[in-house]
Amino acid sequence: MSQVGKAELYVKKIRNGTVIDHISAGYALDVLKILNVTGKETNTVGVVINVPSKHIGKKDIVKIEGGELKPEDVDKIALISPKATINIIHEYDVVEKKKVSLPRDITGIIKCGNPVCISNSKEPVSSLFHVQEVEPIRLRCHYCNRTMEKKDILKQF
Amino acid sequence: MGLCMSLAGRDIISIRDFTRFDIDHMLSAADQMELQAKSGSDILRGKIMATLFFEPSTRTKLSFESAMYRLGGSCIGFAEPSTASVQKGENLSDTVRVVENYADVLVIRHPLEGASRLAGEVTDVPVVNAGSGSEEHPTQAILDIYTMKREFGHIDGLKVAMVGDLRYGRTVHSLAYALSLYKDVKLCLISPDLLRMRHEVLEDIGRNIDFEEGKDLGKILGEVDVIYMTRIQKERFADLAEYEAIKGSYRLTQADLKHCKKGAIVMHPLPRVDEIDADVDGTIYARYFRQVWYGVLSRMGLLALILGAIT
Repeated sequence: MSQVGKAELYVKKIRNGTVIDHISAGYALDVLKILNVTGKETNTVGVVINVPSKHIGKKDIVKIEGGELKPEDVDKIALISPKATINIIHEYDVVEKKKVSLPRDITGIIKCGNPVCISNSKEPVSSLFHVQEVEPIRLRCHYCNRTMEKKDILKQF
Repeated sequence: MGLCMSLAGRDIISIRDFTRFDIDHMLSAADQMELQAKSGSDILRGKIMATLFFEPSTRTKLSFESAMYRLGGSCIGFAEPSTASVQKGENLSDTVRVVENYADVLVIRHPLEGASRLAGEVTDVPVVNAGSGSEEHPTQAILDIYTMKREFGHIDGLKVAMVGDLRYGRTVHSLAYALSLYKDVKLCLISPDLLRMRHEVLEDIGRNIDFEEGKDLGKILGEVDVIYMTRIQKERFADLAEYEAIKGSYRLTQADLKHCKKGAIVMHPLPRVDEIDADVDGTIYARYFRQVWYGVLSRMGLLALILGAIT
């Protein structure tokens, strides 16, 4: 059994739902925030932090029984964990596996951290960022040219 | 000149949108305007420039208007948002979409960063950024490097000190970008810690030119060709005692200029308060009032280019 397979055994398999794998180590709790998981839900949620990974050294994993991710949540996860994979589980089997992907331009999913940026005003315009670096993430606001880093992005979740 | 895109119809939002060839083209256009500025011209007859100043300004607005009138064009606009539709709650996007029907070019000053970028995207007529918050002021940068070109004959190889508020001063951001397009330019960025140049600007210019940061103007005064002074605003400091303590060290006097490099010049985007002593005005180093004249020429050149009156 591979290291990854062993790591997944830290938490029991789920029957139906989503497994978010290869989350950058230390960011599982932020992924839960993105998914609005508060701990008060009735479904099973499994979290594994800092397990060895063949591909990325160490990683976190989140398993959600009965949960399906919204596309905007996948985009947000891509911002903080560009190597994450989303596995859709049906009857204990992985029926779909996809990598998150970070587009070159990011529209709407986060706000510019610059309070005097025009994209934060009452104008009918969405935020727009150009991805400068993927890991660690660095975005440039299309409008005000200010940089957003991971710590700035995390504040918004 | 195959590398130079035509500037007709282009927005002037950020120096980052232009190549060295574009900027050189703008400087050549300014050169062409000297005679027209003195004798009058009608190459922009029938063209209307709208100035939308959502923030107070005297010289930038007057400079643009002077440039337009000298080329035979007309000006409309407002300088006080309190008298404008903004006061009624209209957003910038709607305002510019209305005003573009009245004018052939829009010149916008706005307190929010990125405002001109947005205005340019929602309108078809060219938009000129006349200052967007503390982000950029590209036409000031063009007139600044035009001043250097006129005074030294070249921009490549110059060593330029920028002094004062490098964090919130929009002119220094645009000027740093403009200078970074030239060869062997070196920047000395002199400011108190609180007002150091934004890291985004440093990251961008650092790919092309050398710069050093420091606090002491005296240390580099003998090495630089250009001393570009800017105003330090009291309101940037939470602690007034800190402001009082540092303001004197960013003040240039005639006595300081004894240590200057031969042929060095002193520039300032104006208005100045007390960062350049009045006794510097009469020295061979002062260029800040001539800089204002170069501003008219460079804005004439820009308007003529983007309105397609010259190529």
